[in-house]
Amino acid sequence: MEYVIEMLNIRKEFPGIVANDNITVQLKKGEIHALLGENGAGKSTLMNVLFGLYQPEAGKIRVRGEDVNISNPNVANELGIGMVHQHFMLVEPFTVTQNIILGSEPKGKFGNIDIKKAEKEIQDISDLYGLKVDPTAKISDISVGMQQRVEILKTLYRGAEVLIFDEPTAVLTPQEITELIEIMRTLVREGKSIILITHKLKEIMQVCDRCTVIRKGKGIGTVEVKETNPDELASLMVGRDVNFKTTKKVAQPKDVVFRVEDLFVRDTRKVDTVKGLNLEVRAGEIVGVAGVDGNGQTELIEAITGLRKSHQGKITLNNNNITNLSPRKVTKTGLGHIPQDRHKYGLVLDYPIGSNMVLQTYYQKPFSKASILNYKEIYKKAKELIEEYDVRTPSEFTPARALSGGNQQKAIIGREIDRSPDLLIAAQPTRGLDVGAIEFIHQKLIEERDKGKAILLVSFELDEIINVSDRIVVMFDGKIIATVKPEETNEQELGLLMAGSKLDEVGDSSDIK
Amino acid sequence: MTSNNRIFSLVVPVISVILGLIVGAIIMAVSGHNPMEAYAALWRGAFGDSFTIGETVRRITPLILTGLAIAFAFRTGLFNIGAEGQVIVGWLAAVWVGLVIDAPMIIHLPLAVLAGAIAGGLWGFIPGILKAKLGVHEVIVTIMMNYIAMFVTNEIIRSVLTDHKTTTDKIAGSASLGSEWLQSITFYSRMHYGILIALFAAIIMWFIIQRTTLGYELKAVGFNRHASKYAGMSVSKSIILSMVIAGGFAGLAGAMEGLGTYGSISVMSGFTNLGFDGIAVALLGANNPFGVVIAAILFGVLKEGAGEMPTGAGVPTELVDIIIAIIIFFVASSYIIRWALLRMKKEGK
Ligand SMILES: Nc1ncnc2c1ncn2[C@@H]1O[C@H](COP(=O)(O)OP(=O)(O)O)[C@@H](O)[C@H]1O
Ligand SMILES: [Mg+2]
Repeated sequence: MEYVIEMLNIRKEFPGIVANDNITVQLKKGEIHALLGENGAGKSTLMNVLFGLYQPEAGKIRVRGEDVNISNPNVANELGIGMVHQHFMLVEPFTVTQNIILGSEPKGKFGNIDIKKAEKEIQDISDLYGLKVDPTAKISDISVGMQQRVEILKTLYRGAEVLIFDEPTAVLTPQEITELIEIMRTLVREGKSIILITHKLKEIMQVCDRCTVIRKGKGIGTVEVKETNPDELASLMVGRDVNFKTTKKVAQPKDVVFRVEDLFVRDTRKVDTVKGLNLEVRAGEIVGVAGVDGNGQTELIEAITGLRKSHQGKITLNNNNITNLSPRKVTKTGLGHIPQDRHKYGLVLDYPIGSNMVLQTYYQKPFSKASILNYKEIYKKAKELIEEYDVRTPSEFTPARALSGGNQQKAIIGREIDRSPDLLIAAQPTRGLDVGAIEFIHQKLIEERDKGKAILLVSFELDEIINVSDRIVVMFDGKIIATVKPEETNEQELGLLMAGSKLDEVGDSSDIK
Repeated sequence: MTSNNRIFSLVVPVISVILGLIVGAIIMAVSGHNPMEAYAALWRGAFGDSFTIGETVRRITPLILTGLAIAFAFRTGLFNIGAEGQVIVGWLAAVWVGLVIDAPMIIHLPLAVLAGAIAGGLWGFIPGILKAKLGVHEVIVTIMMNYIAMFVTNEIIRSVLTDHKTTTDKIAGSASLGSEWLQSITFYSRMHYGILIALFAAIIMWFIIQRTTLGYELKAVGFNRHASKYAGMSVSKSIILSMVIAGGFAGLAGAMEGLGTYGSISVMSGFTNLGFDGIAVALLGANNPFGVVIAAILFGVLKEGAGEMPTGAGVPTELVDIIIAIIIFFVASSYIIRWALLRMKKEGK
């Protein structure tokens, strides 16, 4: 069997940690090979070794059967290895073409840069693989999904035969994911080979041929995707059985504690994005808001939590009118908020994780008295939460920045739930996290529900919405356009509703099917 | 990690100073001066006798306060270039109160000191509120406020406090920070009790930043405005307060000059430079209040001692400024030193 790339018994250490411990990955020509592992398992490290960013302490790399020493990314480029990084490396004010040729500019007759020629070439590659990229567009003007395609183009332009994708779907919307999968299929059809790093099992089942699993730095093995299933992959990755179908009792909804009536909110461009929205959440139920990104979800949450003003309508929580109150007053009325963007809103990254645990309560007893902080109490509380929510951190004094995304999220969730809010808004609570952390977070949300709290879950992940919610509302164009029961719907129906179809139309079409 | 950082923030300035002195020595040697003699003169100029020691202390005093004014704002994410103007209005206000009010010392002196702090705070409030409410960058506003402070103060001295003179009368004794005792033990230097106020201010800054809910808020806003808003803090209140407190420190520095060193205020043809030196002091002191005290001492010593170098060793004053500039340069580029240290450590392993 011919392999394009072989990484044999690779070992890579960082101070105090073995990130890769005897890992072997073999990539066949023309396959899509998944690299699966939890956050921090060592996937990116392994691929950075292949790309020449790190030198391994032990192990061998072969490209098309020959031993190679990839001492830097240029060598990787020459060997036809290209990498689409987790964080894009693009110059914002430059055009697509300028970004792609950066570092290998085509020279014209007089040593000038022949931009027209480059544009043409890029257009051709884009057409060949169905990337639909406009070579003359500015990076700052195009969407994240497009930027990712520019990264793909960049590797292809440099002649990559093997493409490494580091968690490419983490930043994409569901539609963009579908398109990316199509692009990957085209790439292998044209003879490229792909290594796809991910912790999303669904994607592996959808596109990959084989899958190598890494757990805590160790290679667990390689499986044929046809011969496995998501449950097996998950337990290989986590090292124990994982529950996908979140188990939960039937909800016991009580009184309505939270109500939004005829709400109108404008976005930053002063355009109405929430347009007469009505919504109710009862104590003891989880209401899932399904919708395509950009249908007013963000503005709705900001208006509820006091981060943005609404200009019409009314929001009540526990019979208190909280419309346009300040975030602190809203919080005091009994609201907890797991923000969508945990780095921007959820944490002060330069503060110790311990200080972050009292971000809303630092001014109250026992964390302070007469405006003087009591660090003993603060760190005691932090320690409790770190333990209870399994936040993996060297200590409570470690800066929040140093924690992995999943652990940062667990810290935020611990902090918000610990205040015991009557309404908890969870916006994309599991974005970018691995199955272990997702399972944990879902359980915590359901636990809160069972304690009689009201929960509003906003998510773009349909399985999350269907699995966790007791009631699903579909948000489209700033309004709730349908309410469905999770056990009576499926992703297709939700998808159609999210695209603006009416419930009765959808009902008909699914009957026909 | 953190203990390492702490050691770094101590070691790096020390190495910077030593490097600065070495490079300074090389420059002096190259330009035909004897570095040993020059540094000996510097030492004499700063510590030679009780008079010079007294003068060194009075020079250090306002530098501590302006250093704090910049460090405090910086810790909360603001760049206070306006310490210069805040010093000037603080100086003016303190002297004004010292001149026109008639009260026993126990009331008069604190009142005059407070007037300096309030005036400085007000001078910080304006850029603060412009930043908080309109998003105007504080660097631009504070620079303009420096000029406004200087010209307005000059005009007030000429036409309100005096009758077209360039210097006001001496303040009342009841508002003076000077002390016969301090003067007598330092051979009639201009040393005054202000140093105690400056040291106390450093403790206050440490306390606010590290121990109070206010400090928690101010730092949080400096680090991440969005998260602070999410957590229910008032971002604009924090920005304004931070600038007011920073301005207050600088205003105190002005009060030290007005009530201590000079006992009056004169028309200025240019800036005092106390505010600008404060930027270097804050930088050298790593924006830590106790670091600021040490950096101010170093600065005060260099500046005071430098006065002796031209007469004692024939080194021109410009050269002294060059040496100070080199030290600041090394601190500012401390990441080079950091990098070298890390490398040495790695190879040592
Ligand atoms: N440059 C680095 N220095 C030190 N530790 C690192 C570095 N890069 C990664 N690590 C550590 O190595 C482990 C594996 O990280 P990574 O390869 O990024 O995981 P993954 O991509 O699977 O989420 C983690 O524990 C991470 O903290
Ligand atoms: Mg990674």
